[in-house]
Order: sequence, then C-alpha cells, then structure tokens
Amino acid sequence: MKILVTVAEVAAADDEFEIDGTAIDERYLTFDLNEWDDYAVEEAVQYSEEHDDVEVVTVTIGPERVEETIRQALAKGADRAVRVWDESLADTDVLDPATKAELIAAVAREEDPDVVLSGVQSGDYSFGATGVTLAEQLDMEWAAVVNQLDIAAEEGVASVHRELEGGVEELTDVELPAVFTIQTGINDPRYASLRGIRQAQSKPLDVKSLADLDVAVEDLPLSLTLTSLYEPEAEGDAELFEGSAEETAGKLGELLREKGVDA
Amino acid sequence: MTVLVVAEHRRGELRDVSFEAITAGRELADETGGDLHVAVISGTVDEYAERLDRTGVDAIHTVANGEEFNHDVYVQTVEQLADGVDPTYILTPNSVNGLDYAPAVASRLDRPLVTDAVAFDVDDGLTVTRELYGGKAEGELDVAGDRAVVTIRGGEWPAAEGAGEAAIEAFDPTIDEDGVRSTVTGFQEVGAGDVDITDADVLVSVGRGIDEEENIEIIEELADALGATVSASRPIVDNGWLPKDRQVGQSGKVVTPDVYIAIGISGAVQHVAGMKGADTIIAINNDPSAPIYDIADYGIVDDLFEVVPALTEEFGG
Repeated sequence: MKILVTVAEVAAADDEFEIDGTAIDERYLTFDLNEWDDYAVEEAVQYSEEHDDVEVVTVTIGPERVEETIRQALAKGADRAVRVWDESLADTDVLDPATKAELIAAVAREEDPDVVLSGVQSGDYSFGATGVTLAEQLDMEWAAVVNQLDIAAEEGVASVHRELEGGVEELTDVELPAVFTIQTGINDPRYASLRGIRQAQSKPLDVKSLADLDVAVEDLPLSLTLTSLYEPEAEGDAELFEGSAEETAGKLGELLREKGVDA
Repeated sequence: MTVLVVAEHRRGELRDVSFEAITAGRELADETGGDLHVAVISGTVDEYAERLDRTGVDAIHTVANGEEFNHDVYVQTVEQLADGVDPTYILTPNSVNGLDYAPAVASRLDRPLVTDAVAFDVDDGLTVTRELYGGKAEGELDVAGDRAVVTIRGGEWPAAEGAGEAAIEAFDPTIDEDGVRSTVTGFQEVGAGDVDITDADVLVSVGRGIDEEENIEIIEELADALGATVSASRPIVDNGWLPKDRQVGQSGKVVTPDVYIAIGISGAVQHVAGMKGADTIIAINNDPSAPIYDIADYGIVDDLFEVVPALTEEFGG
C-alpha cells in the first residue's frame, strides 16, 4: 500500500505589508508547510502506523528553498519525498490547478499510489481545485473536503465524511484508488520530534525536472496570469473605543449595558 | 455566446447561491451579448426549474437522475450538456460540492478553471477578481483562451429575482455507470451538543488570537460575567479546544444574536458568513486591518489579554 501526499510550501502575509508589482514584498511573508497539507500528512502517517507495509511519499512543486519546509513532513513520519521543479517555471507567479495537477500526475504515474491525499486548498492562492483535477487526470475516483476518512484497502473502498456547509456532513463510499482532499480538523497533527527531525535529514528527497518526467513546459496549461494585486478597501465604519484597556473596557461595558447585557 | 450556470441543491432545497450564480451568469452574458442557460441536475428538477426561472434566464435544462448530488453524474452530465449548449463560460457555486465537480469538468473539457471569483470582467478575454493570502490581498487574474469554468463565491452577487420566460427542456444524458465510482450513503448533522449557540442572545466568540488552549479560560470568565454563551471560529474547534457545536461560520452554525463579541477573530469570509446577521457586532482584535472591522459596529484595537480581563472586571467577574 502506498499513500502519496501532495504538500506545498505557502506564504502567509503579515498584518501590515507592502506590495511590489503583483507580489507581496518577501520581507512581509512567512513561509511554512501549508496548513491543510499538515493534516493530510498526519492522516497518511497515522494510517501507516496502524497498518503494515504502508509507504508514505510526499510530492511537492517548488524550487530548492522549499526543501526545508518539505522535510517537516519527513520529520513527522513520511518515508520519502519527491520535489518537482524546473527553472522554466520560475517566472510564472501563478501555477493554475491544472498545471500543478499535471506535474503531480506525472510523479503519481511513476509512484502508482493506492491513495492520494491532498490539502483542501493552499493558504496563499486557495484555488481548492488541485486534488480533484489530479484525480480526473489520473482517472481515479475522488472526494473533496473530507473530514473523516476510513480506508478499507482490502475491500477497495473508503468511507468518508465530506464537510458540507451549515454543520452537515455527507457520508460517501468511494472506490479506490482515489484522491481525497483533506479538511483541517480531521485529526490532530503532531509536532515533529527531535528524533524525527534528525531522521528526516537522511530520508530520500528526489528532485525531478520536467525532462525527467517527460513533460514539456510548452505543453503545460499555465492559463492564469496575475495582472494586479492590491489590499482590499476597508469597508467598515466601526466606532472604535480608544484609551487604556480599563478605559475601553469601561466604554464597552456602558454600551453593553445599554444593549441590555448584564448577568 | 452562451453562459451555462449549474444550480445547486441539497436535501430537497435549492441553495441561495444558485440564484446568485444566475445574477453572475446574466452579468457575464450581458457583457458578451449572449444567452444565459441554467442546468439543474438530480432531485425534483421540474419544481426546481420553475423556481430558477428568474428574469434574464433564457433556457433551463432539467436532468432527472437520482435525488442528491453525485459528482460523477454531474461531471458526465455537464460534459454532455456542454457538447450541445457550447457555453463559453460555465459557472458553478464555489461551494463544497462545486469544488467537488467543477475542477473535473474543467479538466475533462480542457478549459481553464478559476475558483472563488468575487467579480469578473470580459474585455479581450476573461478577467477574474479573487482574494489571495487568506483575504489579506485581492488580485485580478487574466484567463488564457476564450472559454473557462468559474466558481463564484456566495454572497457576492445579489440573488436573481422576477419571473423569467425561460424555455424549460429535459435533457437526458447517457450516464456511464462504470464511471460512477462513489455513492452517497447519507447525511449527518454534526455537533448536537448540550449548548445551542443559535439560541443565545449574547455570544462571546473566540478565535486564533487566543494563542493557547488554557487562555480560553478568560473567555469563559467573561461569558460568565456577561451571562453570555461562548462560541468560536474554526481554528479553535480544529484544535479541539472547544467542541464542534460551538463553531460559527460556513461549515458551522449561522447565528443571529443581539450582541456578538468577536475576540481575536480576524473575520475570514467563512466566519463572517455565520455571524453577519447579528444585531450588534463588537470586535476586539489588535490588528486594525483585520477584516472583522469591515463588519463590526464597535471595536477595540488592543491586546485582548488586556481588554478581556478588564471587561470581565467591569461586570464584576
């Protein structure tokens, strides 16, 4: 049994930031493992701990500098990692879901996994579409926004809960092999142990170029171009209480009493 | 050219965003001088079609196949509809189910996909406006080629109104049953706990800004002092610090209390969807640019660890 987990390094912006052209100035960005992927990795690692002969392989798209982030998944228990990159991708600021899926699919065809786990979305572009696009390209079944996953490998089926809007979950049986996009809260992601971090340094991390994967950059969709980036206009007209904490709490207390709040 | 909107329903009800998608679809059709078609798949489609027949809809395709959403059926159906209707743009809600089939439709039809659109413009091709970086920035994306699949964010377009004169036609796709590899077996309401936050007059709601599980205590003390109920945003529930039945937002509960005090909550769109109907919204958050201030009536831009205990004390807690 092999589980392939897609992982990405994403950028989070500080509360205050500056925009340089169509990008946030790097000084105001913090790079980390995508939150949703952290849950996907945990889900795969837990399954591998509970079952025999399960290999967990991560796949990511990104330049060399993302390796430090990707090793976090190895430190948490993934067995090995694959990183796809090509300098010809360096000038594109948006990798659309189809492009990402095509690159990951090329790796998936080599790895031939039984299950693919992908975060529901990335924290930066948040397309929320790579996993389902990947499933379609691999001719696998899928389920999006999964917050409970029970894999019955021998029966070739997984029973999932999909988190719909409004506190309702859909219960669905999905034939394997399949891609599942994993929602936050599905489990409790672990922190990497010191031992895990040490071990991660010696776990395999293979780098694949587009040529290695037999993919030509001209054939990638690359269908989206970011033409502007700006801070959304604040729409609010909130009345702000000012002063020390005691003063603001006093003013807010007065307001709350006017509204009839008082135990 | 034609715009095709795919409506969404669940357990016998059309979802509001279906009517918003009609407005968005009409806007896109108007910009290009085209027709607006709507597809409604599975369930009581004739009844749905009557309701979807709003001003500006030119044609409605009803597809009677099963009761509930199944992404394999939707993908095959939209693919075959697109063959005949030849839509320039296909629009679906950016919902959990929208994201469960729209990417596969785009992939199968070999079209670009843009999700979570909040606005668009057609001028020498399609440009889509959407949020990035968790709502901290917004950007415009140019979409290559002349066809696309777009999912639209709920609450951004008004619901379509008025009676339409759409031609309603049944469409009978050929569903390859071998390609239907998932089965919906049921639904489950989550978080039926002992507290019903939708019933509370005053909610003290806590978010990521609380930092640590043990700090939840100061929120509970405040709620006690105010005679209020504690609720939370998603990260608090994901961390297991409060149970799921306390979650306010798109995937949690929709609440409409008299007073909603948002503490350390940034106000992501998914959260706001669950509490924007509160009468009075008060934000306590040290980031003045947090989107919660876009909808708050009152605010304190300060350290919650200073303000919350002071407020508790104010009420004798």
